[in-house]
Amino acid sequence: MAPEKKLQIALYWGAACGGCDVAVLDTNEFILDVAALADIRLWPIAVDGKYRDVEAMQDGELDLTIFSGAVRNSENERIAKLLRQKSKLLVAFGSCAHMGGIPGLANTTTREAIFDRAYLHNPSIEQGSQTIPRPETKVAAGTLDLPSFYRRVYKLADIVDVDYYVPGCPPAPSQVKAVLLAIAQGDLPPKGSVVGAADQAVCDECTREKKEKKLKRFYRPWEIIQDPAKCLMDQGILCAGAATRGGCGVRCPNTGQGCRGCYGPLPNVIDHGAKFLSAVASIIDSNDPEEIRKVLEGIPDFACIAYRFGMPASLLQRNLQS
Amino acid sequence: MSFEPKIVGFLCNWCSYAGADLAGTSRIHYPPNLRVIRVMCSARIDPTFVLRALAGGADGVLICGCHPGDCHYSEGNYKAMRRYPLLKQVLAQYGVEDARVRLEWVSASEGQRFADVVTDMTEKIHALGPSRIRAHLQLDKVER
Repeated sequence: MAPEKKLQIALYWGAACGGCDVAVLDTNEFILDVAALADIRLWPIAVDGKYRDVEAMQDGELDLTIFSGAVRNSENERIAKLLRQKSKLLVAFGSCAHMGGIPGLANTTTREAIFDRAYLHNPSIEQGSQTIPRPETKVAAGTLDLPSFYRRVYKLADIVDVDYYVPGCPPAPSQVKAVLLAIAQGDLPPKGSVVGAADQAVCDECTREKKEKKLKRFYRPWEIIQDPAKCLMDQGILCAGAATRGGCGVRCPNTGQGCRGCYGPLPNVIDHGAKFLSAVASIIDSNDPEEIRKVLEGIPDFACIAYRFGMPASLLQRNLQS
Repeated sequence: MSFEPKIVGFLCNWCSYAGADLAGTSRIHYPPNLRVIRVMCSARIDPTFVLRALAGGADGVLICGCHPGDCHYSEGNYKAMRRYPLLKQVLAQYGVEDARVRLEWVSASEGQRFADVVTDMTEKIHALGPSRIRAHLQLDKVER
């Protein structure tokens, strides 16, 4: 009897830090079961495999692509489209592929400002350097090319059709395992589902004691000695738990940090940050516009807090100047 | 063709919608640029509504509720009062011009005040020109 055909999978990173790949490896010895169950055809961080090998595949030859990272440049887009064409299932894995993630915060500014800061006016570069990345550079041997840097960051679903979303920065290893097993066994929810996460808020799973919230000021975590048994928001420390999908195991609040919102909005919520904004502002204990303004001075840069992992997935998506 | 601003107005049922109604029954003239959506309370106006109106092509959004202390539900308008400055901060970080979103208190007896607010806001947005938000979002689909 012929051996059962192994799953053909690819793991890829777009604009990502590599943390999602590490989350896959954090499944420890389970990764060996994956290797026994599947042929890994492309995984830039861990195994060899070239784009041209993927290009040579038949359409749909891959059973699964796990794509982490946002789409920031033309290479990310090209490979996202290539893997989509070659894969039966495409999973947006981690906050960046799901909603744009931390790279998505670049949507608050412009490509020009980013280049200026990174390559022209930066204390750690040679003074007067005018070297910025260009898509094409002519040298004696011919033309060299680099991926072109887009004006803004996109979430994966802006570029290609996505089958499933696994949220998290990074996704919790236990959830990674559950998702991989579900796919191996063909036990699949409806297309477009968010998998490996709960349908309730982080607060639902958080064991800190919650009371009625009334705040006269907000504290940065280092400005206050927190009570580890009490709700962080009750103490004035920003926590996105009320507006954020659970399933992560309450990783951040359990270690004394407010929830950052990496699992994204709850089901049927259109704009994650707007919900977080409502929750935060409503608990200010004042009916005086001037006093409210002063309390809000304690949380500057709120757009980047509210949309820390999802600016490209928000309703306005990016700064109008970018 | 000259630019006519599209302004979405969220008016609370108990004060501001009645104020708008009074402006109408009193035959006060004001620009027809406001598209009114009646909500039960200014606290019902989720910031999502404002963002969605802007993303959908509105040139401005007007939020109206009962004067502080007059809320039909005692303190709904205080919720709106607290959310508004934080929403404005977020909008500024997105590069949305200040005059595009506005909060005003209008009572049921203030038909004239309602007409004045709509007139003033329409003029300011006229001067500002059309919102670029929707066009940018469309452009992003084809031009990276």
